[in-house]
Amino acid sequence: MLGLNKRDTKFLIIVILLTLFTPFLMQPFSENSALAQFNGGYPDLMAKVAIFGIFAMGFNILFGLTGYLSFGHAAFLGVGSYAAVWMFKLLTLNVFPAIILAVILSAVFSLLIGYISLRRSGIYFSILTLAMAEMSYRLAYSVLTPLTNGETGLQVRPNDPRILDSATSANYPNLFGLELSSSYKWDVLNHVFTFNVGYYFCAVIAIIAFYISMRIFRSPFGLMLRAVKTNQQRMNYTGLNPRPYTLAAFVISGMYAGLAGGLLAAMDPLAGAERMQWTASGEVVIMTILGGAGTLLGPVLGAGSIKYLENIFSKINENVLHDWFSFLPTGLQDAVVWVLSRFTGEGWALTLGLLFMLVVTFLPGGLVEGGQRLVRLFRRRGKPDGGDDPQHHPDPAPHVAE
Amino acid sequence: MGILEVKNVNKRFGGLQALKDVNLSIMENTVHAIIGPNGAGKSTLLNVLVGKLIPDTGSVSFQGKSVLGCKPYEINQMGISRVFQTPEIYGDLSVLENVLIPCFAHRDGAFRLHALETVEHETGMIEMAEKMLLDVNMQDKKDMHAASLSRGDKRRLEMAMCLVQEPKLLLLDEPTAGMARADTNNTIDLLKEIKAKRDITMAIIEHDMHVVFSLAERITVLAQGTPLVEDTPENIKGNPKVREAYLGTAEV
Repeated sequence: MLGLNKRDTKFLIIVILLTLFTPFLMQPFSENSALAQFNGGYPDLMAKVAIFGIFAMGFNILFGLTGYLSFGHAAFLGVGSYAAVWMFKLLTLNVFPAIILAVILSAVFSLLIGYISLRRSGIYFSILTLAMAEMSYRLAYSVLTPLTNGETGLQVRPNDPRILDSATSANYPNLFGLELSSSYKWDVLNHVFTFNVGYYFCAVIAIIAFYISMRIFRSPFGLMLRAVKTNQQRMNYTGLNPRPYTLAAFVISGMYAGLAGGLLAAMDPLAGAERMQWTASGEVVIMTILGGAGTLLGPVLGAGSIKYLENIFSKINENVLHDWFSFLPTGLQDAVVWVLSRFTGEGWALTLGLLFMLVVTFLPGGLVEGGQRLVRLFRRRGKPDGGDDPQHHPDPAPHVAE
Repeated sequence: MGILEVKNVNKRFGGLQALKDVNLSIMENTVHAIIGPNGAGKSTLLNVLVGKLIPDTGSVSFQGKSVLGCKPYEINQMGISRVFQTPEIYGDLSVLENVLIPCFAHRDGAFRLHALETVEHETGMIEMAEKMLLDVNMQDKKDMHAASLSRGDKRRLEMAMCLVQEPKLLLLDEPTAGMARADTNNTIDLLKEIKAKRDITMAIIEHDMHVVFSLAERITVLAQGTPLVEDTPENIKGNPKVREAYLGTAEV
């Protein structure tokens, strides 16, 4: 189906189902239970997971396939957001023109940055992209204030021209009149499930983006990108010019980032310069590596788990902790809470750092590798004869999937 | 006129004259060996031929077209393939994928954005790659991780990658360097087989005289950056100048 083989079709269908049922999957605990604070099924978070999933997917096309580590991808995210908000201001609050312009503008922008940065590889490439992104951030923050509204950020205002919208039309980003912020709440068995237009819009686009990235992974072009990562010398002496391949991968991943930026603006119509800061670029690197660079699902998993944990951990403040440890004697309770509160709330980054270190040390292939190990463990239990000893077989080539 | 013509090539690295007035003509469908002691300029000459180095003066032309200033991939697209001293393969990919890449390069040129096609659907390319693997007796290893191959198999794979592009000229840079005698003999047999099966010109840069005399039809001896003699293997064997270049003699 759709030019995929059976295995990939099955894989895609599973991903589609997972995405469509996210409002259930991320809301496993009933409202009254003590675990309700671990629910993540609200529209804002779910949409963020989908959007950052797209961002990481695109980043993975560059980093996972060609091995070029860009530290400046947030610049394209920011460009996408600014483009989308400008479209909202000038043309219409319908999201389609905004997203299309976001993708086109980030493509142009990444072509420019990629053309310059890709003259070098390795650490020099990373530093060049980092420098470019910092430059873009500074420009957006101060020099280009008429275009970006500086530190206040670009916002949609009631007196914007919006030449395609009639006076009576909606005041929020919408999908041909259907507001992205509208949702339907389903209250059943003590669970509240929220079905939000914005989330489903992002989800459908994320599925399309996932499908395209799957096709790229399976294409001759994807094969060439993996060749770039493995041996550029051989590529050159095989009659292939690695430069346009890497540039194309860079632009494609820049377009994914622009798309994600456009969607961020669609969910919340404002764009600030901090979206381009190096911390945002670093975040996507962490997401991709945490999930599993070079795999299809890894970046999405990484984006999902980081956004989910960020949300949960940020909500745990000292009061909540005191509540949890109220069974301890006061002095001990204070000590435990003091230590744990460094890792929660504002200190969430500390937890993320620890998590990242653990994953990189023990699961260099990311969460996907963890999943594969679990599957293998269960399979081996199912076959107790031990005939599957890896020592007795030559290394099979790793399959770029899952 | 040979398929490859090198005329008056000079190359200097600082104070060192690496190549001095090199004239070389490699005839079509021959196996031409370039030998010489260490530092004779063999590798420099090879790097000039593949576009990695640009000579200070002189010209290099392949089938009447100049290759000077061309990028390595452009020279490869003209029909020159190169086998490296240590096999250069795509270690992270499977053996079949390793051979598929040059197949695509041969069909599509230096760059093509075939991002929405599927490798699995390119049956013609896959057949071509599998046939090539059969030719070098590696068909049973096609799904293996290339990095896990033995040294001899890596060499075979690299040859397969070069040959599947149907090059007119195959350059081999010490193809048996660091190999055990058995592997060396295997490589010699493989090269003989390749030569018997197709019209191909080979230029071999080699240290091992056993390899040179088993394969070469013409031999050029380089010494101190300049060709000393060019002749058939029989004549080279008895040539006192060659012995002198290799072993050195007292002042004559």
